[in-house]
Amino acid sequence: MGYFLQQLINGATLGMIYGLIAIGYTMVYGIIGMINFAHGEIFMIGAFISIITFLTLGLVGMGWVPLALLVMLLTTMLLTSVYGWALERLAYRPLRHSPRLAALITAIGMSIFLQNYVQLVQGARVKPMQPLISGGFRLLKGGDFVVNLSYLQILIILLTVVLMIVFTLMINRTAFGRAQRACQQDLGMAALIGVDVDRTISLTFVTGATLASVAGLMFLLNYGVIDFYIGFLAGIKAFTAAVLGGIGSLPGAMLGGLLIGLIESFWSAYFTVEYKDVAAYTILVLVLIFRPTGLLGKPDIEKV
Amino acid sequence: MAVLAEAKPVAGRLDPALLLKEAGAIAGIVFALTIALVGLRTKDVPGGLDIVTRFSDVFAATIVAFCGRLGLILLREGRALPVLLVSLPFALALMALLLYVQLWAPHAGLGHYLPFDSTVVNWCLAIFALILAGRAAWSLWHAASTKSAKEREQTMDRVAVGVQKAATLLGPLLLAFAIVLPFLPFADRRILDIAILVATYIMLGWGLNIVVGLAGLLDLGYVAFYAVGAYSYALLATHFGVSFWICLPFAGIMAAFAGILLGFPVLRLRGDYLAIVTLGFGEMVRIILLNWYKFTNGPDGISGIPRPSFFGLPFTANPPEGTQSFHDFFGLEYAPIDRIIFLYYLILALGLVTNLFTLRIRKLPVGRAWEALREDETACRSLGINPRNTKLTAFAIGAMFGGFGGSFFATRQGFISPESFTFIESAIILAVVVLGGMGSQIGVVFAAILLIGLPEFFRELQQYRMLAFGAAMVTIMIWRPSGLLAHREPTIRLFPKEAARASRK
Amino acid sequence: MSAHVTDKPLLTVEHLTMRFGGLVAIDDVSFQALDREITAIIGPNGAGKTTVFNCLTGFYKPTVGRLTLHHPSKGDFLLERMEGFDIPQHARVARTFQNIRLFPAMSVLENLIVAQHNDLMRASGYTFYGLIGLKGYKRAEERAVDRARHWLDRIGLTKQADWNAGNLSYGDQRRLEIARAMCTQPVLLCLDEPAAGLNPRESADLNKLLLAIREDEGIGVLLIEHHMDVVMGISDHIVVLDYGRKISDGTPEFVRNDTAVIRAYLGEEEEEELPPEVAKDLKPN
Repeated sequence: MGYFLQQLINGATLGMIYGLIAIGYTMVYGIIGMINFAHGEIFMIGAFISIITFLTLGLVGMGWVPLALLVMLLTTMLLTSVYGWALERLAYRPLRHSPRLAALITAIGMSIFLQNYVQLVQGARVKPMQPLISGGFRLLKGGDFVVNLSYLQILIILLTVVLMIVFTLMINRTAFGRAQRACQQDLGMAALIGVDVDRTISLTFVTGATLASVAGLMFLLNYGVIDFYIGFLAGIKAFTAAVLGGIGSLPGAMLGGLLIGLIESFWSAYFTVEYKDVAAYTILVLVLIFRPTGLLGKPDIEKV
Repeated sequence: MAVLAEAKPVAGRLDPALLLKEAGAIAGIVFALTIALVGLRTKDVPGGLDIVTRFSDVFAATIVAFCGRLGLILLREGRALPVLLVSLPFALALMALLLYVQLWAPHAGLGHYLPFDSTVVNWCLAIFALILAGRAAWSLWHAASTKSAKEREQTMDRVAVGVQKAATLLGPLLLAFAIVLPFLPFADRRILDIAILVATYIMLGWGLNIVVGLAGLLDLGYVAFYAVGAYSYALLATHFGVSFWICLPFAGIMAAFAGILLGFPVLRLRGDYLAIVTLGFGEMVRIILLNWYKFTNGPDGISGIPRPSFFGLPFTANPPEGTQSFHDFFGLEYAPIDRIIFLYYLILALGLVTNLFTLRIRKLPVGRAWEALREDETACRSLGINPRNTKLTAFAIGAMFGGFGGSFFATRQGFISPESFTFIESAIILAVVVLGGMGSQIGVVFAAILLIGLPEFFRELQQYRMLAFGAAMVTIMIWRPSGLLAHREPTIRLFPKEAARASRK
Repeated sequence: MSAHVTDKPLLTVEHLTMRFGGLVAIDDVSFQALDREITAIIGPNGAGKTTVFNCLTGFYKPTVGRLTLHHPSKGDFLLERMEGFDIPQHARVARTFQNIRLFPAMSVLENLIVAQHNDLMRASGYTFYGLIGLKGYKRAEERAVDRARHWLDRIGLTKQADWNAGNLSYGDQRRLEIARAMCTQPVLLCLDEPAAGLNPRESADLNKLLLAIREDEGIGVLLIEHHMDVVMGISDHIVVLDYGRKISDGTPEFVRNDTAVIRAYLGEEEEEELPPEVAKDLKPN
């Protein structure tokens, strides 16, 4: 029971990270109907900017943890969102009316480019970081097993919840949110009634990148080690989460992320750690075959 | 004509504030992009990480972005002369400095005057400046700012048609060159190794071209079939001592079987979903190879894979008692390069088989159905074509050639491990196909020489290779989505004579 | 082709119903279509005409209903039970699409050869004979080219045979799509708004082509069309749908004077406001 509870906590934490990345996939897919394959790299860049900020802060002697965290969060959100913007502007906007496969190949190209760019400028070695936040609550102590809820996990879950509230308000209440929802319904019609489509799409990428950068920061804090390759696997899993939740659906992305995190955590705990990535791929294939609309997605009728 | 002349951009007033604002915005963005990742480099030190600053590169990048953008705006506004006057001397000076530093004075202090630390980046900057100068000169000469996108497309179409026509002549020439290559005076071991590598990618590219180029199925997990072929051969040869020539078709069949196994459930998925699922499949195969220790020896891989023999004659200096080796049989002096030459001809033959097969099957109903499916699946169903079976054949046949390539890889290396079959490998093969022009056989050859051969020759480019791959994939898709040399010749003509006449003109 | 006389109708649609979730696109529609006749399905936008086609050609599985195709030599086929891609091959029902679906990057001739895919597949021994270059396949391909050429001659596109289909003019693409459907050797040809976007001259040519197909091939033609001059000019039999229901069924004469049809098209009380071209078409000669 204790073991189960511990896995539940770990899985939920992981799920928060996947969910934040998945929102970027699902928003972009909803609005321009393409899989932004490079989104995982944006997450990776977020993690790198976080660690660089942290090291720089150490260099200038700023050691108070809450302030350091805040500065890391803001810096990575700001600088990573510029990457999101540039990605759309340079690589995707010229291809908006091209066939799907052309856009997907571009996205793969961009993913390879960003991965190798980071490898080139930051080196291929893994980047370790000592834990910034330690300690936690002891929830349960049964026999020789303890269930811990660390401060870090609380922070991750709280931060995700706050971000989700802000994000939901933004989509539902602001002018950008209205424009975003309009574009998601019908891009051409939105343009006709005077929505600035280019701007809306840009902002969508910026929002997605911002959320992914926070996920990158959380990943760094949670695992304490990153390299230029983390975006690939995390990207695939987050995409799986988006598909599982129903691509195009924002609550679906968060739900899917949570489920993928839990599945991965329980799979590793009760089956085999080696095959935990196979679990994500298997889910992806099964969902796409048997329920391509996901859990919360809308069915689409084939038009002939 | 008069209307056209009027439509030409007038070199009139330019708002300097607006100009600076636009260029400044780009500079600001480049600054934001580079400040953390380029400007601050993490460095391993005992006990953790440290930061090294590299702000000079950031400032250089920002200034370059500012000036470059300014130049492009000025060009757009029809003010080519100042652009030419600045960019040409800059490009020439930079190139001269680079050449001087690289060739004569690598340790002289002059290197400090270069804008970037990295030589390759400096060269890119010089080439960019040169292109800018060229465009400025062009617009001065032709009194028109730039070519429209459509004109450019037409020019490229003509080039593609020309290359395709030349391919009928060039193909045999290239083939003849490929055949005599091992006997040319400059063909040493290194050249042959590179040639084998390039030929392997050409063959894999042709195999993948069936799936991606003809059938329009984006397969991101092609390396899985390559791995199946490699492991099939390696396991059969090391456990049962089966010879390469028996294993080769078997490896192909195994890979094709894997293709059918994967394809059957997923081929009804829409294009981009299919791509992701195939990627997942490729990774799954790799993870299984990595963890199924009993069967595949896990991360340690399989070593001691037998080298191929010349129809039973091994390439060894001292063959075991009672057997004959290649050089004994033919009464030659033993030379270790014989084996390399043999491997070279082996992959050349495999590649040719792939090519001939593709050229032939394109003109058969199944090949036409693949292309029709790529164009419009719904229309295909309305004509009685079974989409799933047709896609499955494309997938299986593509996988089969992947399997052939895999067993060649295994026999060439003598050692395989899951490390060799990562997603990057799939991406490289895909890049070869995409850049050459999907469906274009000769395009694959050029792309493989360019993408695989060039970085092998210029080792400095090695670390920039994947970066360039990514950038090239993006640029080509934006610039010419059908691929550089994409040109489709109908598989059958009602008036073949007229087409021949038209091409002679 | 063969002067086959049978008392069974070519196509019998019984109680066809199609629901998408809560939406009833077709509600209990029954009608028949005969060979050597042009049967038009008309109705206002959203009446469910294309949905009927999609059910007939296997793109949708009808919720309820039976669709029987009586093939003159092969007997009866229950279309609702067949896979979409089996219908053209076995039951020999061919169709065109409202928004043209050619293979734009392939040549005109190739479009017509692909339409003969299944015959050629058999002739090429499912690729094996073709790969080793047996004579039998060569001859089959020549026959396929002859058939394609026959249809190119009939639609007047022989000269453009080696062009890319995507480079043809809109009207030529429409006709090529019909020719491609005919190359599958159908017994029932379903045309979804073939005259849409055609100019009057092209439209008149199309009428001639359809009448010629009916006369020379002896097949049944099912036609969705909005151009009333086409419908009234060439149909032998008209089925009128409105909101998924059949509201009228009969000869053009009968349908033209049916009050239910006039009401559906023009609304209940607004008869005086009807646009002149509609009025002209609907009024008895």
